[in-house]
Amino acid sequence: MSLDKENGPLLRVKGLEKRFNLDQGFLESLKFSSGKLTRETRAVHAVNNISFDVDRGDAICVVGESGCGKSTVARMVAGLIAPSGGEIHYDGERIDGLRGKDLLPLRKKIQMIFQNPYASLNPRMTIGQTLAEPLRYHNPSMSKGALQDKAAAVMKSVGIDPAWGARFAHELSGGQRQRIAIARALTVDPEFIVADEPISALDVSIQAQVLNLMLEMQEAHGLTYLFITHDLSVVEHFGTKVIVLYLGSICEVADTQTLFSNPKHPYTKALLSAVPQLKDDRSNHIRLKGEIPTPINLPSGCPFRSRCPLSDARCASEKPMPLQKDDGSVVACHAVEEERVDALNWV
Amino acid sequence: MSLLSVRDLTVKFSNRTGALTALNGISFDLARGERLGIVGESGAGKSITGFALMNLLSQPGFIDGGQILFEGEDVTQMSKKQVRDMRGNRMAMIFQDPMVTLNPVLTIGQQMVETLRAHRKLSFEEARQIALVKLKEVYIPSPVERFEQYPHELSGGMRQRIIIAMALLLDPKLIIADEPTTALDVTIQADIMELLLEMCQSNQVGLILITHDLGVVSQVTERTMVMYAGRIIENGPTRSIINDPQHPYTQGLISALPQQTQPGQRLKQIPGVMPTLSDMPSGCPFHPRCDHATETCKSQVPDISQSGESFVACHEVHRLQKELASEAAQ
Ligand SMILES: Nc1ncnc2c1ncn2[C@@H]1O[C@H](COP(=O)(O)OP(=O)(O)OP(=O)(O)O)[C@@H](O)[C@H]1O
Ligand SMILES: Nc1ncnc2c1ncn2[C@@H]1O[C@H](COP(=O)(O)OP(=O)(O)OP(=O)(O)O)[C@@H](O)[C@H]1O
Ligand code: SF4
Ligand SMILES: [Mg+2]
Ligand SMILES: [Mg+2]
Repeated sequence: MSLDKENGPLLRVKGLEKRFNLDQGFLESLKFSSGKLTRETRAVHAVNNISFDVDRGDAICVVGESGCGKSTVARMVAGLIAPSGGEIHYDGERIDGLRGKDLLPLRKKIQMIFQNPYASLNPRMTIGQTLAEPLRYHNPSMSKGALQDKAAAVMKSVGIDPAWGARFAHELSGGQRQRIAIARALTVDPEFIVADEPISALDVSIQAQVLNLMLEMQEAHGLTYLFITHDLSVVEHFGTKVIVLYLGSICEVADTQTLFSNPKHPYTKALLSAVPQLKDDRSNHIRLKGEIPTPINLPSGCPFRSRCPLSDARCASEKPMPLQKDDGSVVACHAVEEERVDALNWV
Repeated sequence: MSLLSVRDLTVKFSNRTGALTALNGISFDLARGERLGIVGESGAGKSITGFALMNLLSQPGFIDGGQILFEGEDVTQMSKKQVRDMRGNRMAMIFQDPMVTLNPVLTIGQQMVETLRAHRKLSFEEARQIALVKLKEVYIPSPVERFEQYPHELSGGMRQRIIIAMALLLDPKLIIADEPTTALDVTIQADIMELLLEMCQSNQVGLILITHDLGVVSQVTERTMVMYAGRIIENGPTRSIINDPQHPYTQGLISALPQQTQPGQRLKQIPGVMPTLSDMPSGCPFHPRCDHATETCKSQVPDISQSGESFVACHEVHRLQKELASEAAQ
């Protein structure tokens, strides 16, 4: 076991599932059909059978369409919601079943930065209190002076004037709040940071500052990241590995360089083509046609098939399994497996 | 007549000791159907500008001078009823924080129908049909089911699209979109931007697009304003702002983009941080962070002058441009 702890991945996710029930009440879900009373529950299939590993020091980026389950994966990994199925192992230990007190040590090691900086800060606390609270909680013996010094140091590192300590969150702009949220995650010296679009609310120069800080923390303290973002230029810059999700399933997992130089899944190709270009207003973006599927009624077969120009009868009936390619990437697509994907010519 | 004409707009926040200036006399125009981008440092006053245009500022924030002429009427002088009539109807804002617009205890459908019926004489069913069409337009899958759901049951990006759909409900003349696609993935972002673009072009709708994403600005807008510490420091055609930025801050912003650096390398940051409202430096607000600052910069606020194709607030811009030109000539 100890060997596994040393050499195994820091995080291992196996067959992860999450369903949200749509019908709240028991009575509401009762249906009278063909002379019988039956119970019918509709659910959002937010995450479906996802597996991946994160090695120590990795910055693994999760990308994919809005609603494809990125935040749900993040919240399960951070222990904030319970999976409906599958396993999550951290540092060789299974953590998905942990509750209450057993979660405490993990809460310090794994920190989460949330997507919405408006909702994640307590409006009744000053910025100083917001930052000192987790510190005090995890280090009950720290002196008041030491707490303040630490909070001030972290504020400076994310480009915040320590004098803001006395202000309340509502007095700050969106980007200023997000920097506080990032600072709060960093105060307790975590090992693993789950960051849900941490920098999309920030302007480019502060994005640069925060990304540089995260790179520094990675080098100096071996921090590991699970990083959700829509900004592919950030992924290319910061990520070591990329997971592409579609409708709660994995399309492609690859090293960043491999993914950008040689994307394989048709959805990955469309995604990369849609990145807005700075100096070129010709839109060469691959427009996905077809119905956008819904996680409420998961389609049969490949989740991407309704919008995929390469889908055929097999795609409609059989869900493609993630298969490893020669360059180490993992792709779930029948057309890729059958080597039909080079015929792709959409533009 | 332009659709919107802002003159010397000043916004302050009162606090214990007096008032802090968040917008410092900004002026700009927007023609019918014109698409304007606003970019700049976080905290520079971009959202506050949007709130002021919509007459949405409330204590401790207030307008302390200036004019906002919208279709010839001064928004700052409007009665409560006139404001209610204008808001959502002729001028709509897509907020940076989706939960400002969405009521957590009402379903998406209830909120859309209510908004429609507050401004138009429609039956519930008529309003519902319009709402469903708008939901489809912003690429919400299963609109009929989503219509019945509560905001917290939707993903961040879905909420964002609902808000966009709500802003489009009443076919406004001016849309102020504050970070409308930050929460969206690039494929849907591209589709939504095309939708906004087409709407502006075919119905002559004006668009003010506030965003940090210079790629989006470059694809959608014709003109861009760069804000710093409550002032407009550069205003010009989007193309030239991106290819030939004039103000030292704008130059710093463009070079901080990840595209300008090798993967894994440190990005180019602008040194220092933007001053807080309570602690504004004298002279040019950017001077403590600027490589080119002179004694004049420290004591006098720069006027706006033309440089290249933009209007720029910088004492040294003409000298810097000359130096650049002579370097290029050698
Ligand atoms: N209620 C308030 N009280 C005091 N100051 C405020 C208040 N609301 C906003 N401010 C200040 O006004 C300034 C402008 O804020 P604004 O929200 O317009 O920034 P922004 O340019 O939209 O930034 P971001 O890109 O981060 O959203 C900020 O310095 C902010 O701290
Ligand atoms: N509490 C909840 N109740 C019901 N459905 C939910 C709940 N939370 C999430 N969902 C659903 O799960 C799916 C995945 O949501 P999630 O927030 O993980 O998406 P995402 O990939 O983070 O999207 P975005 O990029 O828009 O933030 C969506 O269909 C969403 O509506
Ligand atoms: S006015 Fe001076 S300090 Fe301000 S940007 Fe120009 S050169 Fe720099
Ligand atoms: Mg999300
Ligand atoms: Mg803002």
